[in-house]
Amino acid sequence: MRRRACDVLVIGSGPAGLAAAAQARRSGAGCVLVVERNPEPGGILPQCIHNGFGVRTLGADLSGPEYAARWAAEARAAGAEIALDTMVLAVEAGPAATVVSRRGVERIEAGAIVLAMGCRERPRGALAIPGSRPAGVYTAGTAQRLVNVEGYMPGHRFAILGSGDIGMIMARRLTLEGAEVVGMFEILPYISGLRRNLVQCVRDFDIPLHLCTTVTGVVGRDRVEAVITSGVDERWRPIPGAEQIWPCDALLLSVGLIPENELSRAAGVAIDPLTGGPVVDEGMATSVPGIFAAGNVVHVYDLVDDVTESALRAGRFAAEHAARGADGAGPSVRVAPGENVHHVVPQRVHPRRLAAEEVPLQFRVRAPVEHAVRVEVRVGGRTIVSHRERYVRPSEMVTVVLRPEHAARLAERESLEVCVIA
Amino acid sequence: MPSTREFICVTCPVGCAISALVEGSELIEVHGHTCRRGIEFVREEISAPRRTLTTTVRVSGGALPLVPVRSSAPLPKGRVLEIAAFLRTVVLTAPVEARQVVVADVLGTGVDIVTTRALARAEAG
Repeated sequence: MRRRACDVLVIGSGPAGLAAAAQARRSGAGCVLVVERNPEPGGILPQCIHNGFGVRTLGADLSGPEYAARWAAEARAAGAEIALDTMVLAVEAGPAATVVSRRGVERIEAGAIVLAMGCRERPRGALAIPGSRPAGVYTAGTAQRLVNVEGYMPGHRFAILGSGDIGMIMARRLTLEGAEVVGMFEILPYISGLRRNLVQCVRDFDIPLHLCTTVTGVVGRDRVEAVITSGVDERWRPIPGAEQIWPCDALLLSVGLIPENELSRAAGVAIDPLTGGPVVDEGMATSVPGIFAAGNVVHVYDLVDDVTESALRAGRFAAEHAARGADGAGPSVRVAPGENVHHVVPQRVHPRRLAAEEVPLQFRVRAPVEHAVRVEVRVGGRTIVSHRERYVRPSEMVTVVLRPEHAARLAERESLEVCVIA
Repeated sequence: MPSTREFICVTCPVGCAISALVEGSELIEVHGHTCRRGIEFVREEISAPRRTLTTTVRVSGGALPLVPVRSSAPLPKGRVLEIAAFLRTVVLTAPVEARQVVVADVLGTGVDIVTTRALARAEAG
């Protein structure tokens, strides 16, 4: 088996991988290698042809391909190498990775690895939608790939289950390509994507949105002929008599994204069951020394700008680890989700590092509150940070910042808690 | 008679919920925006709403069958479907450059349609 070594190995060349690689080089790493299974860099961005990328980090309103090109250029200009058509087979403590490409199988030993594999869509099988297995059932992202990259229309008349951003984006995309979207069905009483998409993708095109409704069956033997929907109660149980049948030839599913951590689990990286991603600290370090993680592989972000920022952080700390090894940052404190908080990233904070640099904590709430709330960080029952948010929604990640002056409050503590008080 | 209308601004991903007192296409009062662009958005929305169009255009002889494109500026909202339908009839020839003008002044709107990536010729063989 061929062998090579590098200082920082980045797995994935999506926005997280590219930013981590660029930053690792800027932070002094000598050899930075990005491995990408696709024939071109960008991750999911090449198929995200809509705009809205880079508003915060670049002050520009770019499409996915433009954002990908910008960051691929940054990574290359910084001196990172991007190996395309290269698939990682395994990651292990060391850290090291086994990859395969046209050159054969190679083992790469690295000073540090940054996991940037992104996420996958929740498929029909995971939803257990009854019915036959006709052609025409796709996840929204698969349909996006078919329409925007491969040049196929996956149907003429679409039903969409789920009101995630990808589903709403595709509702518009398909309409622009001459298809009909008969309806969007969302099981919750509110949309799960950004409100701007409700306006510019759904309402702009008069696509009916049915909340508190789910798909209970698919009709058709060889090809989808219709979907059956039902209104549901607050416990997601179908309401008798609230059934409707919608003739269509395709069903798109936009019902959640799941961080892709097969490689991480096999490497022994501790996974947070609340996120499906690695437990990380303020430097995006996982439980395995030398293995870091950034972007949607950690938890799913709303905006690519936030992915980029998490990756810049990971790249910086990965480069430092590659150069100096584990830095003896001392004990760490667990960050726990409190009232109305679903999960928080990072899950661990080192007070010694916080004393030198602020740490943003990012979280999602469990339930929306459409009026002002207080976001609080508590240690030992005492509030150390508090700020007001005009409203909170599960679909919009919230940030609360820990500052260096808070480090002293965390000394000798096991955990801190993030809460949202209505 | 002035009336209150509710808007969700689409200028950036925040999507501020803006409440505006409106009379016809005149903006009297506006609340809920967190930056000046929200005011501009509502002003336009009540008089001449515009939207950025992003879509794809066919390419012959390219490494991929399509190239993504965008409007160089927001287009009149009411003409977006018509312009998208027109763009389905356009075929470019590879190689294509990033930011290449596909259609200048599309359908007389004064807005160009430009590519958002480069696309090389398909490799022979």
